[in-house]
Amino acid sequence: MGAADPTFVDALRATVGAPHVLTSPEDTLPYGFDGTAALKGPVGAVVLPGSTEEVAAVMRLAHGRGVPVVTRGSGTGLSGGSVPSPGSLVLCLVRMDQVLAVDAPNLTVRVQAGAITAAVDAAANEHGLFYPPDPGSMKISTIGGNVAENSGGLRGLKYGVTRDYVMGLEVVLPDGRVARFGNACVKDVAGYSMKDLFIGSEGTLGIITEVLLRLLPRPAARRTMLATYATMEEAAQTVSDIIAARIIPCTLEFLDRTTVGCVEDYAKIGLPRDCEALLLMETDGHPAAVAEEAGRMAEIARARGAREVRTAADEAEAARLATARRSAFSALARVRPTTILEDVTVPRDRLAEMVGYIAEVAKKRRLRVGTFGHMGDGNLHPTFLTDERDADEMARVHEALEDIVTKTLAVGGTITGEHGVGLAKKAWLRRQVGEGSHDLMRELKRAWDPRGLLNPGKIFD
Amino acid sequence: MKASLKSLDYSVLQQCMHCGMCLPACPTYDATKKERHSPRGRISLMRAVADDELKLTPAFADEMSYCLGCLACQTACPAGVDYSNLLETARAEVAASGLNRTVSSRFWRAVTIRGLFMNPRLLRVAGRLLRLYQRLGLQTAFRRIGLTRLLPADLRRLEPQCPTVSPKFSHELIRPVELPAKKQHRVALLTGCVQDLTFSDVNRDTADVLLANGCEVVTPPVQPCCGSLHAHNGEPGPARTLARRMIDLFPPSQFDTIITNAGGCGNHLRHYGQLLADDPAYAARAKEWDAKVKDVHEWLLEKGCVAPRAGLGDLTVTYHDSCHLTHGQKVTRQPRDLLRLIPGLRLVELPEANWCCGSAGIYNITQPEQSEQLLVRKVGHVISTGATVLATANPGCHLQIERGLRQAGSPVTLLQPVTLLARAYRKERSAESMTA
Ligand SMILES: Cc1cc2nc3c(=O)[nH]c(=O)nc-3n(C[C@H](O)[C@H](O)[C@H](O)COP(=O)(O)OP(=O)(O)OC[C@H]3O[C@@H](n4cnc5c(N)ncnc54)[C@H](O)[C@@H]3O)c2cc1C
Ligand code: SF4
Ligand code: SF4
Repeated sequence: MGAADPTFVDALRATVGAPHVLTSPEDTLPYGFDGTAALKGPVGAVVLPGSTEEVAAVMRLAHGRGVPVVTRGSGTGLSGGSVPSPGSLVLCLVRMDQVLAVDAPNLTVRVQAGAITAAVDAAANEHGLFYPPDPGSMKISTIGGNVAENSGGLRGLKYGVTRDYVMGLEVVLPDGRVARFGNACVKDVAGYSMKDLFIGSEGTLGIITEVLLRLLPRPAARRTMLATYATMEEAAQTVSDIIAARIIPCTLEFLDRTTVGCVEDYAKIGLPRDCEALLLMETDGHPAAVAEEAGRMAEIARARGAREVRTAADEAEAARLATARRSAFSALARVRPTTILEDVTVPRDRLAEMVGYIAEVAKKRRLRVGTFGHMGDGNLHPTFLTDERDADEMARVHEALEDIVTKTLAVGGTITGEHGVGLAKKAWLRRQVGEGSHDLMRELKRAWDPRGLLNPGKIFD
Repeated sequence: MKASLKSLDYSVLQQCMHCGMCLPACPTYDATKKERHSPRGRISLMRAVADDELKLTPAFADEMSYCLGCLACQTACPAGVDYSNLLETARAEVAASGLNRTVSSRFWRAVTIRGLFMNPRLLRVAGRLLRLYQRLGLQTAFRRIGLTRLLPADLRRLEPQCPTVSPKFSHELIRPVELPAKKQHRVALLTGCVQDLTFSDVNRDTADVLLANGCEVVTPPVQPCCGSLHAHNGEPGPARTLARRMIDLFPPSQFDTIITNAGGCGNHLRHYGQLLADDPAYAARAKEWDAKVKDVHEWLLEKGCVAPRAGLGDLTVTYHDSCHLTHGQKVTRQPRDLLRLIPGLRLVELPEANWCCGSAGIYNITQPEQSEQLLVRKVGHVISTGATVLATANPGCHLQIERGLRQAGSPVTLLQPVTLLARAYRKERSAESMTA
């Protein structure tokens, strides 16, 4: 049965209230896509529940009638995770956006799944605490989406990814039961670690409704620096050298020339357009340690051929630089109509090699590419600047993606570091994880969701 | 500007890569959390219309009308989406299709857009009548005896909102040509419609500030409306007519700069090139015109504004960014810097200074509820700063926030930055003449 069925819609309205059920084309069309290029699907209906109970009631309805459900946060995903499958019900959590309680003595915060990532950090900040994972989309992405994709951010090198901060989850299961996993204890080995199964599950196992997150004390000092290079390999080598020198800065972000130009067109903060590569480096912690580390990082950058190493004058400038970096992906869309971005991640000593390879592929396939990424994590986002209406060019894009995936797997990397498999990477998952692992994942999904109602067709068929 | 979404260059429609980075900046998304009321959602609907996936429906028309046109999304968008162009085109298509649903909205369009704002003299006559009505105390009397209840619902709601008309219009305060002590520049001063009717004194202040900065100020007594109301509300035809009249009245080659002091007009005035691109007789001049139009604050700082030597005493001021000045024209720093030039003036930042106040052209007429919510939010922030003066540089915001502050019983005074500056120059002159 499809979500648009009138009796089903009536039942939804009775459950969550008519204003929170959308069915007209003007209302539902904008839920047909997420942040991923060239992917969209027809929406059956949209429901915006206001509480866990309502989510559970909606799931019971959908389960009873066999209606597929696609969970959605803010729809900024980059692998097509919340693109609806035909006839499905889009269950959007943005109304459940409350930061419920900061527990300062225990360094935790309890939030609803629709809470905006930046709002969680802002709430922590009021207590001198901080929530480190900061994806580029943090001003609008939801915590639920972050958990479902196990998102990373600009500070991943030192602080890790979303998984490292999830202590507990409240989840609505495919049949409408509500389950809670994990707790506020730092240690917990009671039974399987079920919460870990849900982190990165891309909406295929359950609907996350509440999250208990770990917080950290806000670092007392930080320093932000920009280093510019005449070649991309020098920048990549700087990153490898800094890590080899046992320094763990919080941020080592990389932008190539194309990306710098686009970001500067948008942000107008005086980034040097004439360099081939730019590194945004940040260290935080105790003021003395910060000063020492920043000095050593600048030294390494210069030794590796940086033309210039500039330190942000104050917090405001540091924030401007980070904001500019966060806009990189969207800013690249200035160049061509369609922006197709990759998310490959490689062991960090293979970075320079990978960066060079991407440039080679772009040349061979006659494509424009802008590359940026979380270089400290070995995570690159080569972004093809193309036009989906040009069939020939799109064919070359697919060849280039194939090249890059092959190389990535050859150097022991992964096809996706943080954006998830969704629809976009489905074709390559088996190749990376192997037959056995792939089958096991599918068996697990089937055991959990035998009717295949939750986000069908994502990750695998 | 094109008349239909389909005729729009596809690259404009396709520029949006649906990343969602604009969502947190959008007041209507913030209020409803529905994608349809977000920039990304609206653009997807426009694209669906262009792609024949969606018909022009009343719901589509409503959506285009529910958008504030504040352009906060345009500032937020890293991808460089030209939302203002998209919205104007969509609204033009809606207007041409006759889908604007409510009778009242059609009535208002007819009266204001096609009538009053096409004819500056008529507008002033209406202004005079209104002034008479207000001056004779009829307003109070009518209200007291409840006669205003006889007005149609729309007018009744608006009647208390109606601004007090200035005792004199701009041409009664500013001579057609005024000369400074030492002439360095020759500028034209655009007096605007709402600004002229209700804040002609601000136009006088603008002239004074320009004079103090070495400008010969040319201010023709009768000026056409700039056409922004028309363009923003889906009437490109009249907008083009008005743009041509403006260019005829102010041949751009005759001035160093063409100065505007109203944020909303300024943003539109700078896009005549786009508007008249298909008019061979005007296209070149329109481009030249765009290059000459400057917001007064922007221009003053560019030229290195003369700092007044006298202040206005201890004054705590906060500043509200008008949408079309900040998001449309990207003038944000300059008005603040000008205020800081005034000795003794303390500038405190207004929380959410660039969040729309709900005035948004005729939005407060067409979408009263959403407008009111935004106003209440704005007023709360203004009061929280503890400032005694709120400065803003757009007559629409000025009227809207002033009304909100009075409703809330707040004594905060509203002034435009040029007024504060003009007063400081006057203080300086009177101090100098005393010592002389
Ligand atoms: C400009 C830009 C920058 C970005 N930068 C980064 C970055 O630096 N690092 C990074 O990792 N990602 C980044 N992303 C990708 C994206 O923002 C993240 O994947 C984010 O976590 C998605 O959150 P969302 O709320 O938008 O989720 P959506 O896009 O709505 O959903 C994403 C997936 O999660 C599922 N889901 C959402 N909510 C729930 C829930 N409550 N329960 C179960 N499943 C759910 C959906 O079904 C879908 O599969 C960026 C995206 C953009 C557009
Ligand atoms: S308008 Fe700009 S910021 Fe908004 S979704 Fe489109 S590309 Fe992103
Ligand atoms: S103009 Fe304002 S109200 Fe309209 S979509 Fe943009 S931000 Fe939202």
